[in-house]
Amino acid sequence: MNDKADILVAGVGGQGTLLASDILAEVGLRAGYDSKKSDVLGLSVRGGSVLSHVRWGTDIASPVVRTGGMGYMLAFEPLEALRGVPLMHAGGQIVCNTQPVSPISVSSGEAAYPTRSQIESTLESAVSTVRFIDATQLAVEIGTPKVTNVVMLGAFSALFDIDASVWEDVVLGRVPEKYAELNREAFRRGRQLIREDTA
Amino acid sequence: MSRVLLSGNEAIARGAYEAGIQVATGYPGTPSSEILREIAARYGNDIYAEWSTNEKVAMDAAAGAAYSGRRTLVTTKQVGMNVLADALLYTVYTGVEAGLVVVTADDPGMFSSQNEQDNRWYARLAKIPMLEPRDSQEAKQYILAGIELSERFDTPVLLRTGMRVSHSKSGVELGERAEVPKDVGPFVRNQTKYVCTAMWAKLRHPVVERRIVELAEYAETSPYNRIDWGDRALGIITSGVTSNYVREVFPEASVLTLGMTYPLPERMIRGFCDGVERVMVIEELDPFLEEQIRAMGLEVTGKELFPPCDELLPDTLQRIGIDAGLLDEADALIPENELPADLPPRTPVLCAGCPHRSTYYWLAKMKIPVAGDIGCYNLGCLPPFNAQHTMGCMGASVGVLHGMSIAGVPERGVATIGDSTFFHSGIPALANMVHNRSVGVTIIMDNGTTAMTGHQDHPGTDWSLHEKTAPRVPIEPLVRALGVKQVRTVNAFDIDEVKAGLDEALAYEDGPAVLITEGPCVQVSRPSLERYAVDTEACIACGTCFRLGCPAIIRSDVVHEPTGKRKAAIDTTQCVGCDLCRQVCPVSAIHRPEEAVQ
Repeated sequence: MNDKADILVAGVGGQGTLLASDILAEVGLRAGYDSKKSDVLGLSVRGGSVLSHVRWGTDIASPVVRTGGMGYMLAFEPLEALRGVPLMHAGGQIVCNTQPVSPISVSSGEAAYPTRSQIESTLESAVSTVRFIDATQLAVEIGTPKVTNVVMLGAFSALFDIDASVWEDVVLGRVPEKYAELNREAFRRGRQLIREDTA
Repeated sequence: MSRVLLSGNEAIARGAYEAGIQVATGYPGTPSSEILREIAARYGNDIYAEWSTNEKVAMDAAAGAAYSGRRTLVTTKQVGMNVLADALLYTVYTGVEAGLVVVTADDPGMFSSQNEQDNRWYARLAKIPMLEPRDSQEAKQYILAGIELSERFDTPVLLRTGMRVSHSKSGVELGERAEVPKDVGPFVRNQTKYVCTAMWAKLRHPVVERRIVELAEYAETSPYNRIDWGDRALGIITSGVTSNYVREVFPEASVLTLGMTYPLPERMIRGFCDGVERVMVIEELDPFLEEQIRAMGLEVTGKELFPPCDELLPDTLQRIGIDAGLLDEADALIPENELPADLPPRTPVLCAGCPHRSTYYWLAKMKIPVAGDIGCYNLGCLPPFNAQHTMGCMGASVGVLHGMSIAGVPERGVATIGDSTFFHSGIPALANMVHNRSVGVTIIMDNGTTAMTGHQDHPGTDWSLHEKTAPRVPIEPLVRALGVKQVRTVNAFDIDEVKAGLDEALAYEDGPAVLITEGPCVQVSRPSLERYAVDTEACIACGTCFRLGCPAIIRSDVVHEPTGKRKAAIDTTQCVGCDLCRQVCPVSAIHRPEEAVQ
């Protein structure tokens, strides 16, 4: 087990990133770390950029990570992954959802959304490992795009030497009981994506 | 003892439970809103919690409860304190029968506020003690401490957090609830203490002055102020969340962390300054500690290095520390990656299915001057609408509209105000427009909740924080009772009805007019309607639907040949089928899915 992990959760308001950062912080605590997290809330939850910092370690002081200190990024949206790049350590790892969420600046024609190859090359040159997954599509296949965040968490969980049951317990403790099976399926399918990838 | 992960706000709620608090009031505002929600959800059997109409009402109610012998909590965001202050300032003179703690959640960095005011000044203005926790554990503990101080010194106590304390999570050890009597006795009749009429208030003022001196003496040995001696070359005086950043960036320094930031422990501070070669005061926002420490005649470095604007995050402390020669660059964390160039900005937008969209669509199109207010609808100031021209504070829109009218602005103006904000502080301004014969249109955008802060109730909802069904104060009869003659309620999801209502209200000249646009917040009652689709053949890329500013309407890759413009498409993962885009499309190119198939 790593002695620490500083994790950036990047996404768009409404994507379930806050639930994801909550779950990550809780998983850290259950895995025996001191765990802290910091979210930015408010008007940004209405479709704006949302960044959360999650820290696992021993005796963490600041809930906010210094620029360049992030070892991991869980990105729910490619453009937001790019925005998170400066925070990342060059040896870091990124798991990125490939489904774009178009900002108004793009749909109104004022700005252009980066191309898939721009996104890939920028992220890949910034850190040591990037894994792209189409979590939104997989979530739709499972039943609803609402479980995209749990698919993402499943995929992300495969990067750590923490028992899958710890993750599943925390995830299922945070979702309504009637959606438990849906979320369990989402978590497992997400986790499989990365495990097959690295196997 | 087990540690659980709690946000600062959840920890404050837990503290209220453990401290034996029995009444909690407040008005929602980021970053304070989760405290009462958490109290109602988890500790509702032991603590009565309500969303009051505004912060002043909350504070008056809290005063009454504390006079009646109930331990009481009030919550507000930093600007809500301005509304609350009138009531707070008399409780300073009266004192309380049972503990009274006011939580102000400040917003350095302005994540969701109109200013970056530093509410520590309120402690000094009011002459009451102030506690500043640095994490969730202390947030809980300081509620207990606040109640204890409040009862021991017969004073309201201020507890100040910021976004990074309220909305960060860290481990908390839980304790038991203090025993408090179930019932209270008859109301105390102590006129000279509780009636702030001048002749009696005059007798209370010296009590306030003596009390703050006694509190300063208490601060000298308070367990909430502490010194961690390290390298004696550099001493740092700090408080709250900033003390965590200091520990991260200056791990070697000696640090005086003030958990009680008013009144200050002068002897302790002198002792600390004597023990180190150089002293820096590192505090977010104003030089609140620094000015008082300088006034003690002590040499300290503060705001000449550390800016008064924005958060003082570890990045900023590190950069300033290196520039000032306090940190070795070799020990610093130097970023390896730069921000990629030309990233499209992502500003917040009205949600797909938002009932406010139709109003701003027309206000933008009609180019009307708009006085705005606090709420999600403030997003009407951003593209593609750009249809809001002032915004200052809760309830300001109606008063500003009145000001435009009496100033003789040649255009007819509009105020946009949400239902919760209207109850909060719009009503007196509308009564003022009636009485002073003003003209102008107040649009009350009634989405049935206090949306922006997380969907709290208000007097216009038929539920409350503590009851599934609650008496509702309907808006239209209220507006009529105020004497407004031109009043109409329209369906916010019917684009033509909104336009007709707006035209009618704008044409009215015999006093103020009110248009109520009714439609539930999509986050509360998400319509399970079909997702819409654009008939690409029929779309002429005119861009009308883009002027709705809907996040579900995107540019497709299909180009309209005659104009070379990209046609519209609908992101089915975001569309909720509110129907507005279908209504505005001039060529009927937007359909419900089954219509598209036919």
